This record gives sequence, C-alpha cells and structure tokens, in this order.
Amino acid sequence: MDSVSIVAMASIFAAGLTMAIGSIGPALGMGRSIQQALAAIAQQPDERNSLTRTLFVGLAMIESIAIYCFVISMIVIFANPFWGHFVKAGR
Amino acid sequence: MEIVSLNQISPDQVIIWSWGFITLNVTILYTWLVMAILVFISWLATRNLSSEINVSRWQHFLEVVISVVRGEISEMTKKGTDNYIPLIGTLFLFICTSNVLVIVPGFVAPTSSITTTASLALCVFIAVPYYGISSNGLFHYLKEYFQPNFIFFPFHVMGELARTLALTVRLFGNIMSHEKVIGILLSVTPLLFPIIMQALGLLIGVIQAYIFAILSMVYIASAVSAEEEHHVHIEVKKEGSPA
Repeated sequence: MDSVSIVAMASIFAAGLTMAIGSIGPALGMGRSIQQALAAIAQQPDERNSLTRTLFVGLAMIESIAIYCFVISMIVIFANPFWGHFVKAGR
Repeated sequence: MEIVSLNQISPDQVIIWSWGFITLNVTILYTWLVMAILVFISWLATRNLSSEINVSRWQHFLEVVISVVRGEISEMTKKGTDNYIPLIGTLFLFICTSNVLVIVPGFVAPTSSITTTASLALCVFIAVPYYGISSNGLFHYLKEYFQPNFIFFPFHVMGELARTLALTVRLFGNIMSHEKVIGILLSVTPLLFPIIMQALGLLIGVIQAYIFAILSMVYIASAVSAEEEHHVHIEVKKEGSPA
C-alpha cells in the first residue's frame, strides 16, 4: 500500500472515530442537564423562563464540544493538510 | 441551483468576481444582501413612526422585536438595558435573518463561513472590555483579571480567548453541518426527507441566533456586574455596621 492511500484511509477512519467517540460525552451530558431542568421546571413552574434560558445556554456550551469534533472531522475529510501535501507533490 | 459544492467546506472558496487583488466571494456578496435587506426593512418601518393609536404594521413588527430583545436583556442586567440593545439586537437580527433565508433557493448563509462568525465573535470580544471599562472604569475592569489572586491572570486571559473561539466554532459548525447534511441527504433520499431537515434547520438557525445573542449578553453582563456586586457588598456592610 502506498503512502497516499494510507493517508486517505487513516483520514476517513479518524473522521468516523472522531464523530463516534466525540459525541458520546456531549450526548450523555445534554441528557443529564435536560433531565435536571425538566425536574426543576416540574417543581417550580414559575421559574420556567429563567430555567429555560439557563438550560439553553448550558446546552450550547455542552454542544460546542460535539461541534469541535464535527469541525475537526470535516477538516480531516475536506481540508486535510496532509492530503493537500500529497496532491501538491503529485503535480 | 448549487453554488457551494459538497466538497467545499466554506463559501469563501467560491469566487464570483475578481479584479487585481480585490476578490468578491459568495460570503461577502450574501453578507451585503442580508445587510441591504435589514437596512431596507428598517428604513421602511421607521419612515413614518407615530405614537398615535393607529400605527403601521411595520412599526408593530419592529416594536415587537425590540420589546422581546429588551425583555431578554433586562433579565440579564439590572440597569442600563438600552445600552446593549444596539449590539445584541443587531447580532441577533443579522444571524437570524441569514439563517432563516437559507430556505430561499440559491441563498448561501454567510454564517456558514468561518470568517463571518469569527468577525462577529471578534465584535463581542471587543465589546466586553468596552462595556466593562465604560461602566466600571479601567482599573476595576483590569482588577477582575487578578481575582482571587495574580496566579489566575493567565487563566482569565485563556478563558476570554477560548470563549471567543467557542462562539465562532459553535455558530459555524451548526450552520455548516446543516448544509452538508442536507447536501448528503439530497444525494441519498432526494424526495421528501430533505424537506423535514430544512424545517429542522430553520429551528436550529433561530436557536443559534438566540444563543449567540444570549451568550454575548452573558459575557458582557459578567464584565459589567462583577463590580456592581462589590458595591452592593460594601453598602450592606455600611448599613450593617451601626447595628
């Protein structure tokens, strides 16, 4: 196997693994936070507005971890610097 | 009509027109379009404002928008709500408009390019010390970086930079991922399923605009209100000391 196909194979494999492993943690975290927020809203429906706003802000914070993983896997697939090096060297 | 193809990660790579070193890419073009729409609607709505009972429909619309933004901001800060409306409201309206207009065929959301989101996050990055200094003074603003003691200075600086990066990548990642998902779905199940994802994308776009505005307000409020709590603390001590 030549080095170009090793780079291509490793890139695709790494992109899949990045999404797979990287979305486990945020999924569990978002589940826990929504569970707690629902319990809090059920106990105190009057505080619904501030609870919802805080929940959204927290969800955005948690979600950004998954978004980092997604952006990295997108970079690995679409804008891979090592792949670009090989394409440039091949010309 | 496909402007940004599936293997291009950013609409910056699509250049429409270039003259010498000046290039006009899709991001700049659609940013100008969104700006023109916002300015035109604002001009149309504020052309004949009135405080009578009969106000025009556009004025009703803008008043609803402004009152919602003001209500959200006033729950974050104790005072000076109207200082923040120009910045936060503009951020929300710009991001919301460019995310919602995605349903128009041929429109590429300028927020799906990392340069747009980075410049929006830079505005927030500059606005935080601006509002902090203008409300508390330079010394008290800088003192917050050395709380609780001077060892924490690098961590505060890193936190500022990291949250700017997080603002950038969150908006960019959400909008760009949505476009890519729809592009992939169009090639797999082209008939009905992409429509459902488009509807979901509208929801995601509005929520992301809300989150961007709310988070920038939280950052500004944390720079402004740290000193207010200090004042309140001192006042409580003064009142409590005679008793």
